[in-house]
Amino acid sequence: MANNAQTPLETQGKKSLTGQTTTSLYKQTLLAGLWRENPVFRLLLGMCPTLAVTAAVKPALTMGLSVIFVLLCSNIVVSLMRKLLKPHLRILMFTLTIATFVTIADLFLKAFVPRMSETLGPYVPLIIVNCIIICRAEACASKNTLVVSIIDALGMGAGFTLTLCVLAGIREILSTGAVWEVNILPAGFVPWAAMSMPVGAFITLGLLLGLVNVTTKRNAKT
Amino acid sequence: MDTLNILLMGFISIVIINNLVFTKFLGICPYLGVSGRIDMAFGMGLAVTFVVTLSGTLTWLIDHLILLGTPLEVTRYVCFILVIAGAVQLVEMYLRKFFPVLYESFGIFLPLITTNCAILGLCLFINLWGIDNLLEAVVLSFGAGIGFTMAICIMAGIRENLNLADVPQCLKGAPITLITAGLLTLAFMGFAGMIR
Repeated sequence: MANNAQTPLETQGKKSLTGQTTTSLYKQTLLAGLWRENPVFRLLLGMCPTLAVTAAVKPALTMGLSVIFVLLCSNIVVSLMRKLLKPHLRILMFTLTIATFVTIADLFLKAFVPRMSETLGPYVPLIIVNCIIICRAEACASKNTLVVSIIDALGMGAGFTLTLCVLAGIREILSTGAVWEVNILPAGFVPWAAMSMPVGAFITLGLLLGLVNVTTKRNAKT
Repeated sequence: MDTLNILLMGFISIVIINNLVFTKFLGICPYLGVSGRIDMAFGMGLAVTFVVTLSGTLTWLIDHLILLGTPLEVTRYVCFILVIAGAVQLVEMYLRKFFPVLYESFGIFLPLITTNCAILGLCLFINLWGIDNLLEAVVLSFGAGIGFTMAICIMAGIRENLNLADVPQCLKGAPITLITAGLLTLAFMGFAGMIR
């Protein structure tokens, strides 16, 4: 699934050669991550954290922010060293770079928000193997300049975080009747316990993907 | 006898009750990506089983013999991922030399095992659960691989039949696979609480 992610950005790179202005390229890159190439809905990347930490909005947001941090730093480093990379060693270099920044993020979370760090547990170190980050390093940062890589990281990160929050919002409302731990549904609401369990995660994401497919098709027709 | 009991319980628990795919959401990418045909799924499962057993054992050894109690503990994640990448490289070289046909049919998915979260996840869980016995670590790693193989084979079996089913247009492909996975998870929840 990871390899179909590479084509759109490459075509973008070609467009910029044929006379498109740089600012509009930046804008396009930023917006691509939010909807057209949304990592979760369109590319189906990074599914593990998407499903695992979305039982409530707070951990989902923390996860999203950590991913943005790691994505940004690793994109910067990979983009800076892209001319030194040897083809057969590049995946290893990407992984080591990412692992370093994930360690930083993990220690930071442990020091400043220890309770959140406990809730997220092993899913913070698991950012290392989040396909989004390695895919962006491979498809974008190792081929593009520093600025494009930074903007791409921000766009993709924001798209990922937004998706996580939407999914977490739906699951938290249905499983507890609250959002951000504030009750919003009337007291008579019976919580759907299944929504906070793995079942809820899989089925909600499946239905959301179906919904995205419907809207895209409708847009394509008009 | 007691040790054997603990090992057996640990094995059953990681294969069925705490199955990494169904309860911890690990290894979802290959679970959705490679589960189109049952023979591919089975091969993938075996490769993952081998890598996870090797890297689970090695990371436990590294963790307990070198890292624990020293300031080097900070480098744990970097060490883990290096071991996994090395193990995958080993499998790749072995398959290319001795089973070139199988190697060809895996293609891109073989190097992608490195980024399979089930493997790193298991190493982290062994660390988190405080397993302090090498044999238990080996059994758990092996069980995790078997659990993954089982999950991906069940999924592949269902999806082969799903091809013939009348699925709404907008749910075709990934969405229906996810919903199926959800229902499978629901079925496996029936095992919860069987041990401890």
